[in-house]
Formats: sequence, structure tokens, C-alpha cells
Amino acid sequence: MTSATDVDLPTLDAEEIKRYSRHLIMPEVGMDGQRKIKAGSVLCIGAGGLGSPAAMYLAAAGVGRIGIVDFDVVDYSNLQRQLLHTTNDVGRTKLESAKNKINALNPHVQVETYEEALSSDNAMRLFKGYDVILDGTDNFPTRYLVNDACVLMGIPNAYGSIFRFEGQASVFATKDGPCYRCLYPEPPPPGLVPSCAEGGVLGVLPGVIGVIQATESIKLLTGIGQPLIGRFLIYDALNMKFRELKLRKDPDCPVCGTHPTVTKLIDYDQFCGIVQPAQDHSAGATVSATEITPVELKKKLDTGETPFILDVREPNEYQINKIPGSTLIPLGELPRRYQELPRDRQIVAHCKMGGRSAKAQDFLKTVGFTDVLNLKGGILEWVDKVDPSQPKY
Amino acid sequence: MPNTIHIPTPLRPFTDKKESVEVSGATVGELLKDLTTRHDGLKKHLYTDEGRLRNFVNVYLNDEDIRYLQKEQTPVKPGDQLSIVPSVAGGSSDDLRN
Repeated sequence: MTSATDVDLPTLDAEEIKRYSRHLIMPEVGMDGQRKIKAGSVLCIGAGGLGSPAAMYLAAAGVGRIGIVDFDVVDYSNLQRQLLHTTNDVGRTKLESAKNKINALNPHVQVETYEEALSSDNAMRLFKGYDVILDGTDNFPTRYLVNDACVLMGIPNAYGSIFRFEGQASVFATKDGPCYRCLYPEPPPPGLVPSCAEGGVLGVLPGVIGVIQATESIKLLTGIGQPLIGRFLIYDALNMKFRELKLRKDPDCPVCGTHPTVTKLIDYDQFCGIVQPAQDHSAGATVSATEITPVELKKKLDTGETPFILDVREPNEYQINKIPGSTLIPLGELPRRYQELPRDRQIVAHCKMGGRSAKAQDFLKTVGFTDVLNLKGGILEWVDKVDPSQPKY
Repeated sequence: MPNTIHIPTPLRPFTDKKESVEVSGATVGELLKDLTTRHDGLKKHLYTDEGRLRNFVNVYLNDEDIRYLQKEQTPVKPGDQLSIVPSVAGGSSDDLRN
């Protein structure tokens, strides 16, 4: 990074000088800064909402080497915000699509793609040799994994996170700065903080946050400005407000504190209290005694049985597709509305894919309902197996 | 004079979708107590069964983390603003599966 001496820095050819001229004429960047950007490398974890705008701007700015870790395939539902991917890319791997766009934008950038899920086994190997890690993942275990690996390897983490229309950003794991664990020593237990029940994201939001991450990455590579270290930026798109909170390095932090207890990567699923991967309720997993498949439910309904079908999604989701005869009570409203449910009928709870309805099932048991089944695979599997005339989302 | 507590998006279902709530009290703890009295559904998200603030919920008095002040005993002045800042993991929001 900034430690490279002038002699070590790569030179720019005539085409590059033309391409980066708007950087070169600014004294804060200039020829030296641009050569530092060219010498620099950033590893984007994820080529989704945050990774897309970040990678594009990093490529345009001339970052010499951009790595991308992703194992996902482009889906129509990505296109509302993941600008690296276009309609023609639906069905391709995100890596292939991303590499294609970055090469088209700036052929001087070396793109490294890693088609694997980030894990404790591969994180250190993948991070090695990168100057900045840009964390654009979507789950707590990976957030903690990225943080710990960054701290252990001494690589700064340009962090961004989004939820509906609110975003957060900071720079973690610099030499003297705080890390993600200083801010949040522990993750929330699964299910306690509502996440996906209130899911969705304003398409432009990751654009703002991802570009902030790219901005911070470029500042770290060039050593200019005041990086977002020890500061936590919160952006509210609806009210168009930025707020900044102070972040301190916690001397008792288990990973970056004075007496660290985490000195190597751990099992982050276990750390986050995740017993089984969420994919378990997809096709192929076994059906437990408290579950019912869409085909079984259809059979029940066809034979005249009348289970109470409880849809625990949000009203906006209910507008897209629904099981005929179902009653909508969003998961968040269930604690104050469960009295509306019949005590003398079997209840079949469902959501989009089965996660939220499993929580509803657990909750209903605690308030005395004994016969509650969870619809396996949710409405998506219902549409796939029973009623393909309805749209999916 | 009431103080304002900023409610983060994930917790707004428990405050009738309000972005901020006016509360009163002399300390951070009293403001939070007033908040959970007005919006009972928030209680289990902010406190453990033993009545302690959950450690993945960060509370800021203006721009300072109360862990580095006097925690819930931190006195508040008129006009001070409280923010609840929970951890959020989303990056691409493809994780509606949960």
C-alpha cells in the first residue's frame, strides 16, 4: 500500500494516462496516487448489491487487481440493484458476469475470481496478498469470519451493510482502529432481531453504501484523506440523513484487544448459534413430524380437510402470491394477534421459504397451540409443486 | 422536556413503524424503560430475561456509545438524543430465505 517506494510502483502507459487524467490533474491523487491505485489490490467478498457498485468503481478507478469471491448465479431478482449483472446474464455465474463487465470497463485491471463459499478453511488463503478486503456479504457468520481473518492478517476491512433503506459503513481492522467485534462482540441469536421478515432493499441503497466502501478502499490504497476508522456511518435513504457514531477500540476485544482469546479462525456458524444451514428446508431435506409439504397440504384440502392456513409474510409479499383461503398475520404482529387464531383447528403456517413460519410455529407452541405444522419450502415450493400459475419472487 | 430515541429499521415493527419516539427520564436506562413501557413488544429485543441490555444492541447517547459512558446510569440532558443501533448483516438482501 502506501509503504511501496516510488521505484516499486508500476508506471502508466499513454492510454492509462488519458484514462485516468481526471485523477492525475488532482494534486491529492496525481501520478503518484494513481500508481498506488494501480499497485493496489482489493478483494470483494460477494458480487451482489454492495460488491457490484464497489467493484465497478474500483475497476474504473484503476485498481490493479480486483478479486471477487462468490458462488451465486445471476437471478432476475438481482437486477434491481446489482449493476454488474444485466438481463442477458441471468443464469450465468456472478463471477463470469462480473469479470466480463470489469474487463469491458477497464482491461488494465487484473480480475481474480474465486468460486467458493468463504469459510474458515479458505479465508486466509484467499485474503493473502490483498491490500483491502471489501465486505459485502449478507450474513452474520461471514461478517465475523471476514472481520477475524482481517484482524489476524492485518488487512483493513472496508465494511458495508444494508437493510431495507438503511445502510451502515465503517473501516475495521486497521492497525490501531477498532474491529467489527469491538462494535458488536456477539451476533444476535438467530430469529431475535427481525431480519428477513422485514426483508427487501431499496435498489439504490447498496449503490450508496457500496460506493462508500469503494471510496474508503481507494483512500486506504493511496493514503489520502481521513478514512472511516473509529467512526460508524449510518445512512437513512428515506429521510436522506447521514449520522456518524464514535467507535472505540475495545481493549477487551476477543480478537483485536490486548489479550486476545481468538487467535485463529473458529466455527462461525456455531458462534452465531446456527445449528443447521438455512438451505436444509429446501428440496431434498427430510420432512419432520412438524412439517407438511405443499403436495400433502393440497391433498388435505382436496379431501375436504380445513386446516387454518396462516401466512406470516408481509402484506407486500401477500400481494405477489398467496395460498387460497390463507390468513395473513405478519410474523412481527403475531405476538399481539395470535388470539385471532382458532384453537380447535390444525394450523399450517407458511412464509416465503419456511424460515419465518418455523419461528411462528415455535412462538405458537409457547402460547399453547399444539397442532401447528410448518409448510416445507414455503410459498415458493407451493408455486413450484402445486400452483405454477402464480408468480415467484 | 422529552428526549428523542431513534428507532432503527429492524425494530420499527415494534414501534408502530415510528422512526423515533419521544421519551422522558433522567438517565439512559430511564429513557429506555419509558420506551419499552410505551412499546411493550420491544422489550424482548432489547433486554434479556434477566432484564439486562442485550449485548448485540448498541445504544448511543448522541454520538457516543453508552458502554464508554456510565452505561444505563448515564445522565441525560434535555435535547440529548438516544440511538439504538443493532447489528445488520445484509449485503445483497438475497437472504429472504430465513
